[in-house]
Amino acid sequence: MTTLEAHGLSKEYRLRHGLRTSTLRAVDDVGFTLGHGRTVALVGQSGSGKSTVAKLLLQLERPTSGEILLDSEPVARRGAGLARYRRTVQMIFQDPFASLNPFHSVEHHLARPIRLHHPAMTDADVRRRVLHLLERVRLTPAANVARRRPHELSGGQRQRVAIARALAPEPGVLIADEPVSMLDVSIRLGVLNLLATLQREEDLGVLYITHDLATARHFSDEILVMYQGRIVERGPADDVILRPRHEYTRTLADAAPNPERRLGELRR
Amino acid sequence: MTRPVLTIENLSVDYLVDPPVHAVKDVSLTLRRGEVLGLAGESGCGKSTLAYGIVRLLKPPAMITSGRAVFHSPEGHDIDWGDLGPEDLRAARWDKISMVFQGAMNSLNPVISIRDQFEDIFRTHRPALRRRERRDRCGDLLERVGVDRARLNSYPHELSGGMRQRVMIAMAMALEPQIMIMDEPTTALDVVVQREILREISRLRGELGFAVVFITHDLPLLLEISDRIAVMRQGEIVELGDALDLYTDPRHDYTRQLLASFPSLTGERGSFVRGALDDRLLALDAIDAGAAKETS
Repeated sequence: MTTLEAHGLSKEYRLRHGLRTSTLRAVDDVGFTLGHGRTVALVGQSGSGKSTVAKLLLQLERPTSGEILLDSEPVARRGAGLARYRRTVQMIFQDPFASLNPFHSVEHHLARPIRLHHPAMTDADVRRRVLHLLERVRLTPAANVARRRPHELSGGQRQRVAIARALAPEPGVLIADEPVSMLDVSIRLGVLNLLATLQREEDLGVLYITHDLATARHFSDEILVMYQGRIVERGPADDVILRPRHEYTRTLADAAPNPERRLGELRR
Repeated sequence: MTRPVLTIENLSVDYLVDPPVHAVKDVSLTLRRGEVLGLAGESGCGKSTLAYGIVRLLKPPAMITSGRAVFHSPEGHDIDWGDLGPEDLRAARWDKISMVFQGAMNSLNPVISIRDQFEDIFRTHRPALRRRERRDRCGDLLERVGVDRARLNSYPHELSGGMRQRVMIAMAMALEPQIMIMDEPTTALDVVVQREILREISRLRGELGFAVVFITHDLPLLLEISDRIAVMRQGEIVELGDALDLYTDPRHDYTRQLLASFPSLTGERGSFVRGALDDRLLALDAIDAGAAKETS
């Protein structure tokens, strides 16, 4: 049972133009609560600040102002507290071709986080756990997959390895930054569905970062629409998509490909 | 029915590696004058190879093993691209059929200004054109795609991704070809910019009347913009039909599967039920236990 909260999160970057400097507010006063078992989608176009939010949550960047609370506790800056936070909040990256090391086997990718978080575990137990993780993401026969290297797997299979890796430390929160945008279209829903199933089994909170409104609608409970660093609209998924209030949400919804609209025109 | 602008007959392309890969298998198509033909399929299905094969841009180890692509000019001549020599091919490309490449944002030369890249087209294909006229035309072309003509002096890195894409489209239109082949022209752009560019393409098509072969894996997008759609899988066209028919009454299983891969934005929740794991979906991407080699 983990709850991740962000309050008044802002991030400024200083830009240099020769001798002059200016500030870019990449994230501006963003706040949300990610409860256990819930999915919150963060949507917006490129450059809207979605990925900066992910970096802040992962402690890869330090916020200019605002705070991040894990179970109502502020995040420790170093030491065991930070390690605990890192274990609890795990990340799934966009590009499964870049996020796995081509030199190592699938087993290595999964065994490492397990060993890091359970230093006392025996080799046999680690291996059992690796195989179990692979079975959970439906990569079977697990023993066969564990031997392979990333280049022997398809994009969707690699992304499932990445999901298994994120689950290895038994986290409470997953941050998924465009987890299916690099995958072939016919397997995207399968991977999203798998993610949702694992989420339910583990009672995870998921932050789903995407620019695809359709999957955001079907996959999440709540949608936050981000524009120029700010959250311009938020609400239950169906409300935001079917009854958008903010101008920008409408622009985004109109821009998304929608065969139904064409169908209406052709039939008229 | 009007005369088609391009006929592809039994085109096959192999990659002569060991073992040979049959990337395009016996594809026949006709492209009607002024239509948008969508070519849908997933990575590795041969859609880009087909496009390159049409304009004979394939490099070894790719080889056209059979078939031909015939261009029908408005004056009534037929040009078989396979019969053209290197010089004729060079002259015919861009003039008759132009291409907007995948990742077009990266196909501009980074060390040459936009103006010089534009003028290069005219210098090669329209050597009789005066310097003054050439300049004017370059500016007009840019304005036609909604980019300020002052941008002619810029270098590619000074433009945003969307602008670079527009510049590429302007270049492809420079000689007013009858056919434009667009290979994933908007894939790297975000949805809002993508929408602007699609509007631009359909407006220009209305004005100039060229035919478009639009290649992408994004089926909802194709359903919205194309007149007809061809669905490709493993080098073959498995279904070809009017966009509306394909959407409402898909014949082939693979088409159905592709259509089901996109949840509807505004429609009913349909088959996509959150958390109800559908192993059929994952079965599409199952591990091939026998082959230890490439599965993708």
